[in-house]
Amino acid sequence: MKYETIIGLEIHAQLLTESKMFCACSTKFGAKPNTNICPVCTGQPGVLPVMNQKAIELAIKTALALNCKIEKSSVFARKNYFYPDLPKDFQISQYELPLATLGHLDIVVEGKKKRIGITRVHLEEDAGKLVHKGAARIMGATESLVDYNRTGVPLMEIVSEPDLRSPAEAKAFMETLQHLLQFIGVCDAKMEEGSLRCDANISLRPAGEQKFGTKTEVKNMNSFKAVFKALKAEEKRHEEVLSEGGKINQETRFFDDITEQTIGMRSKEYAHDYRYFPEPDLVPIEPSADWLAKIKNTSGELPEAKRDRFLNEYKLPEADAEVLLATPALTAYFEECLKLYDHPKTIANWLMGDLTAYLKTNNLAIEQINLTPAQLVEMLQMIDKGTISGKLAKTILVEALKSGKTIKDIVAEQGLTQISDEGEIKNIIDEVIEKNPKQVGEFRSGKDAVVMFLVGQVMKLSKGRAKPDAVQKLLRQKLGQ
Amino acid sequence: MKIDVEAVAKLARLGLSPEEKKLFGEQLSRILDHADTLKKLNTDKVEPTSHAIPMKNVLREDKVIPCANVDDILLNAPQAEEHMFKVPRIVE
Amino acid sequence: MLNNLTAHEAHSLLASKKISSVELTEAVFAQIEKTENKLKAYVTLTKDEALKRAKAADNNGNFTGLAGIPIAIKDNMCTKGILTTCSSKILANYLPPYDATIVEKLAAAGAAPIGKTNLDEFAMGSSTENSGFHTTHNPWDLNTVPGGSSGGSAAAVASGECILALGSDTGGSIRQPASFCGVVGLKPTYGRVSRYGLVAFASSLDQIGPLAKDVTDSAWLMNVLAGYDPKDSTSVDIPVPDYRMALVNDVKKFRIGLISDLMGKGTDEAVKAAIKDAARKLESLGAIVEEVSLPTFEYAVPTYYLIAPAEASSNLARFDGVKFGHRSSDAPDLLTMYYNTRREGFGAEVKRRIMLGTYALSAGYYDAYYLKALKVRTLIKQDFEKAFKHFDVLISPTAPSPAFKIGEKAADPLSMYLSDIATIPVNLAGLPAISLPCGFSGGLPIGLQIIGEAFAEEKLLQVAYTYEQNTEWHKRRPTL
Repeated sequence: MKYETIIGLEIHAQLLTESKMFCACSTKFGAKPNTNICPVCTGQPGVLPVMNQKAIELAIKTALALNCKIEKSSVFARKNYFYPDLPKDFQISQYELPLATLGHLDIVVEGKKKRIGITRVHLEEDAGKLVHKGAARIMGATESLVDYNRTGVPLMEIVSEPDLRSPAEAKAFMETLQHLLQFIGVCDAKMEEGSLRCDANISLRPAGEQKFGTKTEVKNMNSFKAVFKALKAEEKRHEEVLSEGGKINQETRFFDDITEQTIGMRSKEYAHDYRYFPEPDLVPIEPSADWLAKIKNTSGELPEAKRDRFLNEYKLPEADAEVLLATPALTAYFEECLKLYDHPKTIANWLMGDLTAYLKTNNLAIEQINLTPAQLVEMLQMIDKGTISGKLAKTILVEALKSGKTIKDIVAEQGLTQISDEGEIKNIIDEVIEKNPKQVGEFRSGKDAVVMFLVGQVMKLSKGRAKPDAVQKLLRQKLGQ
Repeated sequence: MKIDVEAVAKLARLGLSPEEKKLFGEQLSRILDHADTLKKLNTDKVEPTSHAIPMKNVLREDKVIPCANVDDILLNAPQAEEHMFKVPRIVE
Repeated sequence: MLNNLTAHEAHSLLASKKISSVELTEAVFAQIEKTENKLKAYVTLTKDEALKRAKAADNNGNFTGLAGIPIAIKDNMCTKGILTTCSSKILANYLPPYDATIVEKLAAAGAAPIGKTNLDEFAMGSSTENSGFHTTHNPWDLNTVPGGSSGGSAAAVASGECILALGSDTGGSIRQPASFCGVVGLKPTYGRVSRYGLVAFASSLDQIGPLAKDVTDSAWLMNVLAGYDPKDSTSVDIPVPDYRMALVNDVKKFRIGLISDLMGKGTDEAVKAAIKDAARKLESLGAIVEEVSLPTFEYAVPTYYLIAPAEASSNLARFDGVKFGHRSSDAPDLLTMYYNTRREGFGAEVKRRIMLGTYALSAGYYDAYYLKALKVRTLIKQDFEKAFKHFDVLISPTAPSPAFKIGEKAADPLSMYLSDIATIPVNLAGLPAISLPCGFSGGLPIGLQIIGEAFAEEKLLQVAYTYEQNTEWHKRRPTL
């Protein structure tokens, strides 16, 4: 029997705020255990939460980018369960009345565009971190230690509709979402570092069947590759069970990235009952039209709109647009250059060619270089004016990237300006003719191709500063005499 | 109203003696029977009130203010180790 | 005896340098020395700290407001580095790493906190019999309860074991003990006083307020307590008046509604008679008094004991032996640690309410109990709104009876809950209300409750002040 795979994703993204969701502690990662804590985020008796405005704005910004409806009134709720990483033994989250609902995100899989529904976007607080003693994981540990540094870091939960039909689509969704989150600057979205996390619900049903099959929830996928592999493995497992006439248990399964299999987590002895109720210590969020407009303004143009503009307005090839949009920093760099220099394709070529090559070789990100867009543009303009040759520019660029010196300084220091003075070029030509009588003879006897050798010699003597077309013209004049 | 005292106590992580279970079972049943008087009121078109004084959008600026009393927080820990709170073996 | 002075009387003497704050504080501790073994109003005394503050006030010499006044703090308000137990074994050793906002405000005002008063464990109760440590006795009759949950504060004020005290009120916990101990207790509008640092019982109902020897002192303490706090999202950012300006001896043309639903068969005859006398007194002073019915009142108690325990069940989850307070020594694994810690640490009433609240929120019962209660809460609020279209303030007994005997109601939680019938609706609607002495029965005080619209504390104070100025009840003191 043929089966259809149904996947829905639940994504948690850490928001890029300075302070925590409900208190003024730092969200910085990597501090000594229990140093970024205070009475509020450790749940001391008597403390009260106060909402971080920035966190709410970043979540709304995301919801708008995901084409969601922002709810007129949304409410925080307490999700009650006991666990040592949860100091209050409840998590402040959202339940019945989330921040936003009913959005969508377009993904491209195998060249085809597909629209994936977004069920909801809501805000909550992160839990703390457990360190297990006596074993690597919770199983077999003799004791555990709790670090509350991460407790209360703002998390945004994004839930997709069960619209994904393959592990490849799920991976594409995560990649597109990551790109969007990074692009609008709400989350650094690194799965490997845990700032972007994803759980997946997967089920299979016979092709053509309307009713959903029993789903399992897959956890512990720490990279895009893991999302793909875990879902592939789980898809295969479902298929095997079902085609043998077996039944899938509704359960949570853990992806083991070493064996690349999913493992059923021991089901709890009793069902969870989170006893959600409205958080009485917080008041509703009711964004005004003004506030929403202000948030929208901070978003700028979304990646998709930019892509359209790059293709249609700048007439860039699709491949170029793809590369330029790969990271928000590169896009910003490109657009900065464009403001000063209206030749999109030229800029694109330099960014995608020499600049990218340099970054790759030196393992750098574009954010780490000193060369400003204005500097790059200055160099391009020098090429246009003929002050330097395109070939020389490549050397200059690398020098500028390495030394951090300005283009002007490099050109001046090394005397790299192009020689356009005909008299000076003629002097060099004379020297070359004198030193290469054999080749000159060959040329004169009709071997035209030899001219390129002589041009090369002139270029060499001029240290590349002579203008090649001028050299050839003058050389032919001289030899033709 | 009969209550599954065992299940409720488990959810609340309350250890109860057999006597307490019996007593609370009876008392809670009585209290809930009394609460059933609320059913006399028709509330179909009534909005719930979570806050008596309606408010909205109470926010704070995203600013870090380091806490001066971090060590006092750890001082209260029943057990601590390596600047962390220690808990016994977690079995679910 | 200096310790029997009101705060405003003591202030005059301090300001005119007739007495020092140290003398006043020492007089209070002398009284504590004398009567505390009978009353047991306190959980923790901080004499050294109080005297240090008193000395500082004397040295400063600038006695404004409550500067140099010894004040008692209910032991469910966090005091940095000073035991804050909520009268619970589970917090018997808890040293808060921070001060409650109101504690900071008292310090800024120059008051001298003298100790932490006893309460029903986590403020759950109406008698202090639910304290995990000891029961406080009513100074008017040591065999009766002082009321609760702020029974320690009320008894301390009544007996002169402090000048002023702070209480907290979730369903009547300031007003009912004020009534039982013959003092003045004010529950402010929800959001008027910061809750930051008040160990939560039921977050949507809790408010901190004054317990005092007279109405004037209540106004003085309100001047220090009231105000917006950016640390409490539910505190309201509207200007704070000078409550002393409301102390005007005049109720002419005031429209006063006597709540008839609280004058029926559930209320003692002596209490009814005292309230009727009080109504007549106000009438004789120029007020217009009429009866008014708030028909949803009969639903207030069940509404309250669904909402308050539900919130409490969540608020008290954090007492789990991980971060602070008691941890059972029998803790082989996490789950057992939770069960044993909470079994050993909590008393019966707290357990009962956690069970009730957990049940009311659990799957399958949420709509029938918790949500239903939130809806009835709306109806109760609307009943008040209707009444306030016709009346400036409403009056009623604070409690259906004077103080009851220790042990009398301990076995029957429901009857204990029902005795809060007059005070609970006020919390559900978030309104301000004051209780002040209006008579005696069998040597025990009776309290008159005056209820106002949200943020109409000034009206309450004016009516209460006028009544007080024209009666003598507040001048009686118990003899111990």
